[in-house]
Amino acid sequence: MPDVFLPYVSTDQGSTPPPEPTPTPPPGAYIVIDPLTRIEGHLRIEAAIENGEVSQAWSASTMFRGIEPILHGRDPREAWVFAQRVCGVCTTVHAIASVRAVENALGITIPDNARLVRNVIEAAQFVQDHVIHFYHLHALDWVDMVDALNADPAATSDLARSISSWPNSSPEYFASVRERLQGFIDSGQLGLFANGYWGHPAYQLPSEANLLAVAHYLEALDWQRQFIKIHAILGGKNPHPQTYLVGGTALPIHPTSPTALNLARVDLLNNLVSQARDFVSQVYLPDLKLVASYYPQWTSLGQGPGNYLAYGDFPDDNNPAPNSYWLPQGVITGDDLALPPAQLDQGEIAEYVARSWYAYSGGDQNGLHPYQGETNPQYTGPQPPYSYLDTGYKYSWLKAPRYMGMAMEVGPLARMLVAYAAGHPQVRQAVDSLLSELGLGSAALFSTLGRIAARGVETSLIVEKMGDWVNALKSNIQAGDLTTHNAERWDPATWPAHAQGWGTTEAPRGGLGHWIQIANGKIESYQAVVPTTWNGSPRDAQGIPGVWEQALQGTPVADPQRPLEILRTVHSFDPCMACSVHIIDVT
Amino acid sequence: MDQSTDFHRSPPDRIATQITRRNFLKLSALLAGVLALPRLYVDQIADALASGQRLPVVWLEFQDCTGDTESFLRASPRSDPIQPSVTDPDIISLLLDVISLEYHETLMVPAGIQSEKSLQDVLQQYAGRFVCIVEGSIPTADGGLYCTIRGQTALSIAQQVLPQARAVIAAGSCAWDGGLAAASPNLTGAVGVRQAVPGLQQFVALPGCPSNSVNLVATLVYLLTFDRLPERDSQDRPFFAYGEEIHEECPREDYFEDGKFVLAWGDEGHRNGWCLFKMGCKGPRTRHNCPQIKWNDGINWPIGSGHGCIGCASPKFWDANGPIYQPLPDGGDD
Repeated sequence: MPDVFLPYVSTDQGSTPPPEPTPTPPPGAYIVIDPLTRIEGHLRIEAAIENGEVSQAWSASTMFRGIEPILHGRDPREAWVFAQRVCGVCTTVHAIASVRAVENALGITIPDNARLVRNVIEAAQFVQDHVIHFYHLHALDWVDMVDALNADPAATSDLARSISSWPNSSPEYFASVRERLQGFIDSGQLGLFANGYWGHPAYQLPSEANLLAVAHYLEALDWQRQFIKIHAILGGKNPHPQTYLVGGTALPIHPTSPTALNLARVDLLNNLVSQARDFVSQVYLPDLKLVASYYPQWTSLGQGPGNYLAYGDFPDDNNPAPNSYWLPQGVITGDDLALPPAQLDQGEIAEYVARSWYAYSGGDQNGLHPYQGETNPQYTGPQPPYSYLDTGYKYSWLKAPRYMGMAMEVGPLARMLVAYAAGHPQVRQAVDSLLSELGLGSAALFSTLGRIAARGVETSLIVEKMGDWVNALKSNIQAGDLTTHNAERWDPATWPAHAQGWGTTEAPRGGLGHWIQIANGKIESYQAVVPTTWNGSPRDAQGIPGVWEQALQGTPVADPQRPLEILRTVHSFDPCMACSVHIIDVT
Repeated sequence: MDQSTDFHRSPPDRIATQITRRNFLKLSALLAGVLALPRLYVDQIADALASGQRLPVVWLEFQDCTGDTESFLRASPRSDPIQPSVTDPDIISLLLDVISLEYHETLMVPAGIQSEKSLQDVLQQYAGRFVCIVEGSIPTADGGLYCTIRGQTALSIAQQVLPQARAVIAAGSCAWDGGLAAASPNLTGAVGVRQAVPGLQQFVALPGCPSNSVNLVATLVYLLTFDRLPERDSQDRPFFAYGEEIHEECPREDYFEDGKFVLAWGDEGHRNGWCLFKMGCKGPRTRHNCPQIKWNDGINWPIGSGHGCIGCASPKFWDANGPIYQPLPDGGDD
């Protein structure tokens, strides 16, 4: 075996006092993970280890783009193009939140076709993003790729056929994948897979499951770029599809025109959705259940604060109110699924900077609602190059959003729990069925593995539902409804002198809100509160840790030099750092 | 747009079998087309691709949105319109057969100190031989503290790594001219590679928001084959991809000449594919091969979907092109 697989042991023991002038870490084992890879963006985790467990953790974003003044004074109709570039991974979510905020401010109702086009684009984003997350960002925390070489192809075939009817399952197929993997490793050019945690005691899958997952890592890589052609059909391209439009969609519709969304292309959409349904039900979900069955202890690790917030999404009619959303809006506290979720009041959202590299004009102990938000960067951290952050004071470019003062988890788990508590029939059925298959109770959901399971359940529900939206689009076209844009408020001359509004969406990694104020046809202020800011925030003015910081407490760390277990819990949230740094609020 | 319904399922053969020289011959014929090379170079490209030694690549992300990485992940076995059996390498072939992606924070398995070892290993084993792809701008204000990795500034990492590379590729507009973070007033002092690391001799920029994987793959294959970068203009852009104006190559250009314009979203002209100039299209200000190579297997492109070009491959496009929905002045003449 090439020596690139040998575990790398650092000479830096972590507890060595760092050179001045960087801050001194607390006594005991102390580890730094920077960059925390297989996520979007730049994340640094510092953690104190006591008795083989994380006793405290600090989450820091280490990148700031400072785009605040750019939107100021611009045309609100083009804000979505700028906002979209906040993130190229969830490449649709800031665009949709932006057009919704402007439409809310100006009182615009969009046509049915535009709603359906947006729903399908967004559903495609969810399904593709969740599958990529499982295989390409998260799987190798659980799957020992090198151990796959020890698998017996015939036994792997038996395993594959016992859990799924997916056709790529013959002994010959798995033998050829193993051979390919062997050749790749023998080449000595390990690339992305060099210096991995292979052989770590926390890996528990049998070799055959490892080989199956490696095969599906590659199949998913191929599948994702096929499936996302839905964005090219409806948005011209992916990443950064380009047909968002205040008041509707820039995608024209006609039954036969080759320069419009026509019925032939709607059939293409149906074809892609149908293939995705197969991939999710025959590859992704069976693999998820297989992996979960070998890691039961992770149903009691990685619990967050127990508070969940979902804006909800996928309007099922043209009423923009949240009660028309297919995935409901609501708030849960204390892991309580017995009561219906509380109604969300956006007025209760506030952001704190007491431990973030910003200054508020009225004092850093205050929380500010997004309409009053300020972004004045004020870096107080150590001068680079540094070894440790000053975690006792300010230590991140993320602000700390709080709801009624509470840290809230957002994401697939929050959405599924809110829907579950709200009595959403499909969600209840899917969650109960998965729990029963895995022999788990609902308390198992409040965990690292619960997040992974919720993501899988959500994917399977959305890939089923999105076919309904494609078919509704088809029915509209066949019935002669070709309307794609409401132009009543397109001309800024029709706008009031002052207007303000907010727009929300659910990104794959959690709830996203944009707040806009418009004065005399131009953007006066713009604020985004994004999912990874909720989940990855530092401590707030009251010292309450952020969601990841809480979830990491108690995480076992078998080998502080190779903190695989920390990666498992952080990755279960699907971090997206570019989104989370407050870059587009202007005042 | 391609109306084919033949979306293949993940074929086991492409995953399980290393591509052969014959396959490379097929794909290189197409790449020769993208690169505007005479067909007589096809054999040479195939030999280079099939040599067995994969090109070591370090991909550095700074002030980015990961859109260029996502674009790279869409690299497709794109069919040649003339020879349908001829294809580009897709993302699996790229990763397993053509390049060795040694460092890429979004995709690599190791984190923290193990990821740093991956970078140091490349710098030791492949000094002067690896290709460095840069995504995102580099902040220079206040000592560069607005982007740090391992406690080091992006600027210091770029200045350390890039001069040791065989060649540097800026993927996307941010790494080219600072892009979004560098738009006025540019609080973080964001710049592109050329300004952050002056004096690079082997540097090519592939602007776009994001860059198109077809052009990135073509550039890598060119480098593998000829051991040099494709010919570039004064702004580091390869002529093969940035030699023509979008407007001149646009399939709607005839409508522009005939005065047939889309005047309202969803109007008759919009459905019939008329010119988007009056809706703010920036095609007349933008040089890029977008109309030829399109996106996502060539299935569509922004103008093809009904929205005007936003000029994302043109210099300082967030500031220089005027409001997105406002028509260019002077009928689009520069």
